[in-house]
Amino acid sequence: MSSKEHTVTSDELDVNGHTNPGLPEHKPRLTDTYPEIERRFERQVAGWFVLSMLGTVLFIVSFIAIEPGESYDLMRLSNTLLGLGATLALLGIGVGAIVWAKNLMNDHEVTESRHDIHGSEEDRAIAVEIIKQAKEESGIARRPLIRNTLIAALALAPLPAVIVFRELGPLPGDKLFNTLWDQGVRLAIDTGGIPENPRLLRAEDVTIGSVVHVIPENIHDGDHALDEKAKAAVLLMKIDPDELNEDPERADWSYDGIVAYSKICTHVGCPVALYEHQTHHLLCPCHQSTFDVTDHCKVIFGPAKRPLPQLPITVDSEGYLVAQSDFPDPVGPTFWEINTR
Amino acid sequence: MSTTTPEPTTAVGKAADWADTRMGASKLVREFGRKIFPSHWSFMLGEVSLYSFIIVVLTGTYLTFFFYPAMGELHYDGPYVPLQGVEMSQAYQSTLYISFELRGGLLIRQMHHWGALLFVAAVSIHMLRVFFTGAFRRPRELNWLVGVGLLALSWAAGFTGYSLPDDLLSGNGLRIIDGIIKAIPLVGTYISFFLFGGEFPGIDIISRLYTLHIMIIPAAIIALIAIHLIFVVVHKHTQWPQAGNTERNVVGEPVLPTFAAKGGGFFFLVFALIAGLSAFFQINPVWNYGPYDPSPVSAGTQPDWYIGWADGILRIAPGWMEFYIFGWPISMNILVAVIIMVGVLVGMAVWPFFEAWVAKDNREHHVLDRPRNAPTRTAVGVAFVVWYLVMWAGASGDLIAVFFHMSLNDMIYIFRFLFFFGPIIAYIVTKRICLGLQRKDREVALHGRETGRILRLPHGEFIEVHEPLDPHSAWRLVAFDSPEYVPAQADENGKISTAEKWRGRFSKFFFEDRVAPLSKAELEAAHAHNEGHGHHLDSEGNDQDGQGRPLPH
Ligand code: HEM
Ligand code: FES
Repeated sequence: MSSKEHTVTSDELDVNGHTNPGLPEHKPRLTDTYPEIERRFERQVAGWFVLSMLGTVLFIVSFIAIEPGESYDLMRLSNTLLGLGATLALLGIGVGAIVWAKNLMNDHEVTESRHDIHGSEEDRAIAVEIIKQAKEESGIARRPLIRNTLIAALALAPLPAVIVFRELGPLPGDKLFNTLWDQGVRLAIDTGGIPENPRLLRAEDVTIGSVVHVIPENIHDGDHALDEKAKAAVLLMKIDPDELNEDPERADWSYDGIVAYSKICTHVGCPVALYEHQTHHLLCPCHQSTFDVTDHCKVIFGPAKRPLPQLPITVDSEGYLVAQSDFPDPVGPTFWEINTR
Repeated sequence: MSTTTPEPTTAVGKAADWADTRMGASKLVREFGRKIFPSHWSFMLGEVSLYSFIIVVLTGTYLTFFFYPAMGELHYDGPYVPLQGVEMSQAYQSTLYISFELRGGLLIRQMHHWGALLFVAAVSIHMLRVFFTGAFRRPRELNWLVGVGLLALSWAAGFTGYSLPDDLLSGNGLRIIDGIIKAIPLVGTYISFFLFGGEFPGIDIISRLYTLHIMIIPAAIIALIAIHLIFVVVHKHTQWPQAGNTERNVVGEPVLPTFAAKGGGFFFLVFALIAGLSAFFQINPVWNYGPYDPSPVSAGTQPDWYIGWADGILRIAPGWMEFYIFGWPISMNILVAVIIMVGVLVGMAVWPFFEAWVAKDNREHHVLDRPRNAPTRTAVGVAFVVWYLVMWAGASGDLIAVFFHMSLNDMIYIFRFLFFFGPIIAYIVTKRICLGLQRKDREVALHGRETGRILRLPHGEFIEVHEPLDPHSAWRLVAFDSPEYVPAQADENGKISTAEKWRGRFSKFFFEDRVAPLSKAELEAAHAHNEGHGHHLDSEGNDQDGQGRPLPH
């Protein structure tokens, strides 16, 4: 250590013409002066370490004593006791060590000098020499043919490593344009998850002011039901025809004031789950895009741009609500190829 | 084989000899045992980052023994009654198993989550301390870059982990990520299909994120931490401006024993904090949310804190920012979140080089700046923090609106306003405060510290008694680096290049408003003046004019 100790010269200390007065004198602590206080701290540190041991015991005892799986409350109790034990075990060691260091260990500040980060002149000269020698011995500068072909080979060699990632997934194809909805597919109630036997809906089940969460009855037809649900989820609302502001082209997309819109937000895809009865607004809970159901779910506020796509519906001969076709517009977040179809 | 050293006799001596003859342990102890670390609370923030990372690695490793990163569907038949019979993925089911059935499983899970939150917080605050004190300046620019990498990786680690349990919230978070990816022009749809192995959500994403979360990202973090700490050793730590501290020395505690005891103790304190939080405060109770289902969502749910600002940007950006060029969509309303996040990282990465260029400062700096002594840097930093907080609070706009009984839309308008003007106001205010503090420092150095003791002069005037500073306390008030405005310089041909013109403009912006540090002459003049006419108390509070009566100042 003494070899690193450094006497500071005054020109290193001067800043703005002021002279650095150097380290202030060391002030002794109570523990440095009074042996009885020193002994008190000694006992305190040991006390913290004992607390830690008690914490460890508490942890082990609760681990053995409580079987958490039996009830929710036992699980909570187990967590609290184990956590308490762990906290005490760790806290005791931590506080003990710090109290020890602060009060009983030497607190004289020590000075060490900084050294140049760069190598000495000699280091640099030798380094240059080594590089030169390597260049010489390999002949890399004299043999451009070897050098250039090597560079080209190295540049190409990573390509296979990129190409193998092609296998990560299928190409999008027209998947983002199609959902399970199709002519005659019946509307079923979304009871959460993927129901075994979806419950079908009749027009009279939908009352004014209510909103029904809907999935296609054939939800099991796709390869993976959740993927299909993630595109096909629909909201069904019945609105007083006077309040409904329908585009003449789309007048037959609704049935008796019942309209169906994609539930997947056109912003970044959250389910648009909140319906305000008075205003007929749909609100996306994720970033608060607001869609006006009376006006073809156009965006009236928030970060989304495109209206929620409408699903044309009608009833079949048995009185069940059915889709007339798939969504005419793509559902969900905007994607690059969205206008290519 | 060592022949010159005497044979060790004690057990410890034998063990030490064994280690030394196999790995040169004595050289290591000699090199590092008495390394000096300056001690200051703000230097512990890097340690908190390190310790919380270690704790997250330990708890996370335990979780891997019980977690199934798979999306196969099954029906729950565990002890948690509300979910019995519900169809869910193996990932979600195993998370429930860890929480309800594994002894200590919930504790470890909660410690992992609390530790991760603390980790990202500590890294962020550590970064702010490095920024505001100018510790990124030469020779530490590269270590700052390593830090920027660590910051980005800490976000990635957090997000990939948040997504793993496959509960309703994590799945919803992934869906948002999918929406953001799809907004990327040209390749977005492809990236989405490759990431998810097909359409969202597919059956691959959890196991893929798992590989990233438990291997790739931690490995990268560990590698960068190693480089980071080697740099800290190579550069030696910076120190605060204080009497005795210079650009050529380090003053502090030796590693053995004091720093090691404090640091080691501190590790246990951080560990205890995380254990205590996990014992008493519930975090991410996935059983309340249910398995992922693309259809339901509950309002008012919040992402982990470090994702908040991205979520906030998505809320603040208006829909008209999405536009179409010949039918090809440019969803700036979404991309702006990506652009800001990447932009912040890039801006951080270039800052040390930018500042050195503007100030024409190529010197090494081992003594830190007090933030007030770099008013423009500090003001830019605070402006950034305010900007970040606006975006972050934006993610809770709905909750804030409910709390203040405001309309949600008004709330968003306020955030849009603050997004632009918050940082500007913060910049102006901070800069004024810094300059004010610098003037105050100057006053104190010149005239001493206010004692609060009022004296009445013979002719009736009241003065406050000032206590002169001892040279040790005065030092940090007068000895600081204060770059000046350097206008654009002409090159050899007498021309001013465009880059140099810009440098001149930035230099003006940075250094035009400046409170010059006191020169030695000014200080001496003031002291002579004080001694002649001023009134002072020495440290015992006695009158110092020698005549026991106050003099007009
Ligand atoms: C995994 C995350 C990180 C860990 C574990 C970590 C750890 C540390 C530790 C233990 C120190 C020495 C003590 C201290 O000054 O606090 C340090 C110093 C430093 N860190 Fe970090 N850090 C992390 C992230 C960052 C970030 C995000 C930045 C900036 C972008 C950064 C920049 C620096 C710099 C420049 C130093 C040298 C400071 C000085 O000598 O004053 N670090 N880091
Ligand atoms: S996902 Fe609906 S507003 Fe963002």
